[in-house]
Amino acid sequence: MSIVAMEQKKRIHPHKFTLWVALASITMMFAGFTSAYIIKRNQVNWVTFILPPVFWYSTAVIILSSVTIWSAQNAFKNREMLKYRKLVVVTLLLGILFICLQAVGFKQLWDKGMTLTANVSFSFLYIIVGLHALHILGGIIALIVLFASAFSTRVRNYNIVPVEVISTYWHFVDFLWIYLLIFLILIR
Amino acid sequence: MSTTVILQESDVQVGYDTHQEHSHHESFITKYVFSQDHKMIGKQFLITGMIWAIIGGFFSVIFRLQLGYPESTFPWLEDLLGHWAKGGKLQPEFYYALVTMHGTILVFFVLTAGLSGTFANFLIPLQIGARDMASPLLNMLSYWFFFSASIVMMSSLFVQTGPASGGWTIYPPLSALGDASSGSKIGMDLWLASMAMFIVSQLLAGLNYISTILNLRTKGMSMTRMPLTIWALFFTAVLGVLSFPVLLSGAILLLFDRNLGTSFFLSDIVVNGKILPNEGGSAILFQHLFWFLGHPEVYIIILPAMGISSEVLSVNSRKPIFGYMAMVGSLFAIAILAFLVWAHHMFVTGLNPFLGAFFVLLTLLIAVPSAIKVFNWLTTLWRGNIRFTPAMLYAIGFVSMFISGGLTGIFLGNSSLDIHLHDTYFIIAHFHIVMGVAGFFGMYAGVYHWFPKMYGRFLNNTMGYIHFWVTLIGAYLIFWPMHYEGLAGMPRRYYDFSGWESFKMFAGLNQFISFISILVFAAQLLFVFNFVYSIFKGRKVTTQNPWKANTLEWTTPIRPGHGNWEGEIPEVYRGAYDYGKDGRDFIPQTEQIGENESHH
Repeated sequence: MSIVAMEQKKRIHPHKFTLWVALASITMMFAGFTSAYIIKRNQVNWVTFILPPVFWYSTAVIILSSVTIWSAQNAFKNREMLKYRKLVVVTLLLGILFICLQAVGFKQLWDKGMTLTANVSFSFLYIIVGLHALHILGGIIALIVLFASAFSTRVRNYNIVPVEVISTYWHFVDFLWIYLLIFLILIR
Repeated sequence: MSTTVILQESDVQVGYDTHQEHSHHESFITKYVFSQDHKMIGKQFLITGMIWAIIGGFFSVIFRLQLGYPESTFPWLEDLLGHWAKGGKLQPEFYYALVTMHGTILVFFVLTAGLSGTFANFLIPLQIGARDMASPLLNMLSYWFFFSASIVMMSSLFVQTGPASGGWTIYPPLSALGDASSGSKIGMDLWLASMAMFIVSQLLAGLNYISTILNLRTKGMSMTRMPLTIWALFFTAVLGVLSFPVLLSGAILLLFDRNLGTSFFLSDIVVNGKILPNEGGSAILFQHLFWFLGHPEVYIIILPAMGISSEVLSVNSRKPIFGYMAMVGSLFAIAILAFLVWAHHMFVTGLNPFLGAFFVLLTLLIAVPSAIKVFNWLTTLWRGNIRFTPAMLYAIGFVSMFISGGLTGIFLGNSSLDIHLHDTYFIIAHFHIVMGVAGFFGMYAGVYHWFPKMYGRFLNNTMGYIHFWVTLIGAYLIFWPMHYEGLAGMPRRYYDFSGWESFKMFAGLNQFISFISILVFAAQLLFVFNFVYSIFKGRKVTTQNPWKANTLEWTTPIRPGHGNWEGEIPEVYRGAYDYGKDGRDFIPQTEQIGENESHH
């Protein structure tokens, strides 16, 4: 092992660190939206809304998926590859279910006349929830890649870094959703 | 932890097995086009930035012709621009398009991507002692996102209705309503698409710079031993990563307003006698989102120029930089304050005066770290053994511009004065000097200084001196008189001043400014010629360390390959500024501390 690699022993892996910076960046984008939302709320023509109950189900789903990906990571660490693969698939399915539930929520809002252009408050709701769903979609794509490599017979390298990176990202979008949900319930 | 390290070696694409690095085959495509070598990516940013600078600079020459000679016609303009300049006279809507594109190109494509893109890529791994960036792939992607953004922005110049024309700040409602002006149509959509790609490019790049600096420094390279260029590029990346996403959120909302009928920024608007259905939006909200990026953006431009100038000043004064920790601290202070002053761009929007006072205070606070930096640059020069290379002249010129432009910033930071000076030529003069010209001077200092490392040859000095003096004197001649015009109330963004009795007295001055701007533009073409000529025919570099500098990039071979060092990465034992110590001209960072060595 070269001197440089030894020196880096104490430090966090660059890819993991890059992810943390990226998460700060994503946080700033949502901070931009939510602060714009707070400013707009105090101005004229703001209509308050009540979120349909389906968003509670989706919250349960995403929390469950965080548990499954955490277990998947542990399984990987213990080299229990069969269990790991199963848990990745379960997480993937839960992620897809989450997006479907969000879509159902959108449909229910729309049917009640709370359309994208009906009021600024609804426009904000669609954009904030929609962009969060896009971030989940990004996580799903990453999980598919992970899933593909978990089944690849060529890979003999037990590299935990990508698993940890995706797992951290997944926890982040989970946490982000819980924050957004609380935000949308408390400040409307 | 040891597992992590073993995996890391196989995972980070530029590994530590140097023999493999230097022998691997590179085709033309992987070496020059889709390169993952940080040095090549840096050069790609530089050359793309230069092409943009020529285009953006040329635009300013065309609209200066209109401002200087409003009653003349130039038949060649029609040959060049077609219906933009019918009868040889620039049409008003295309005047606005040119002004908008000049701002967009220079602020984002040249002074952001061309400046920090070039030097962060080129210098970070070389100066901290790393083989490449933390993720060379992300790095390559960042260039190609920038390239794609460039293509889209370029294509907007060729659409029938012209490119975006609502100013580089793209305030709604002008930017949100397709019917508002010809430049609000497809040109505006292309602008937004291009900027979205640009933001992605900046974010990928910034993530990489930060993780590289924090994680891949060589042994002994503690944070406080890093050259100031790296500190400056680090803070620049932090600013970019935290502020560009907020612009992205503003742009997304704008995109919805433009295309999907939402009303984030629109309310009670009548266009051509037709009342629009939009209600409840606020145009000011966009300004908050825009300037939350827009102000840090100013520092994204100026911080790399500060870092480069600090390095060049110290190397060419043969003296340590005065107050290294104060320099780092003031960069940090500027980076923090950058996020807290955005509303000083909005004093005349009806902002609550109480809130205005808060922003005035924070804005004026920036003078403190700025003054510390200026003091330290001047004391670094004081009694130095100065070598007046073109790079050094540009670094000194940078300090001059930063002082001149910074002082007018104190005027503008006061809301009571700003109400009078807002949107006049005083503002134009201020930000061109402190951000535009100073940013360019930092960039030129960097290019002249590191050209030997980039291409293994020197830039021609005579052409360099001509370039410097024409640019320095020309820049002052262009922007100094604008302060007077602005104090007299001459507003920016006007197409033709000849119709106003109060501004007729400036007709001669405007002509003079336009004439000088053509000269200065010509001097920049001389630089481009020098650059291209010297790549192929310049004097060859024969020694490893031609400037006798301490930093690590000069310990690599004259033309370093991918991986930078042929053997092990050198270890670092000292800071980057041991010049003129213990009777020795310079002591490289790789030299161990001697037993009887004095402390600086």
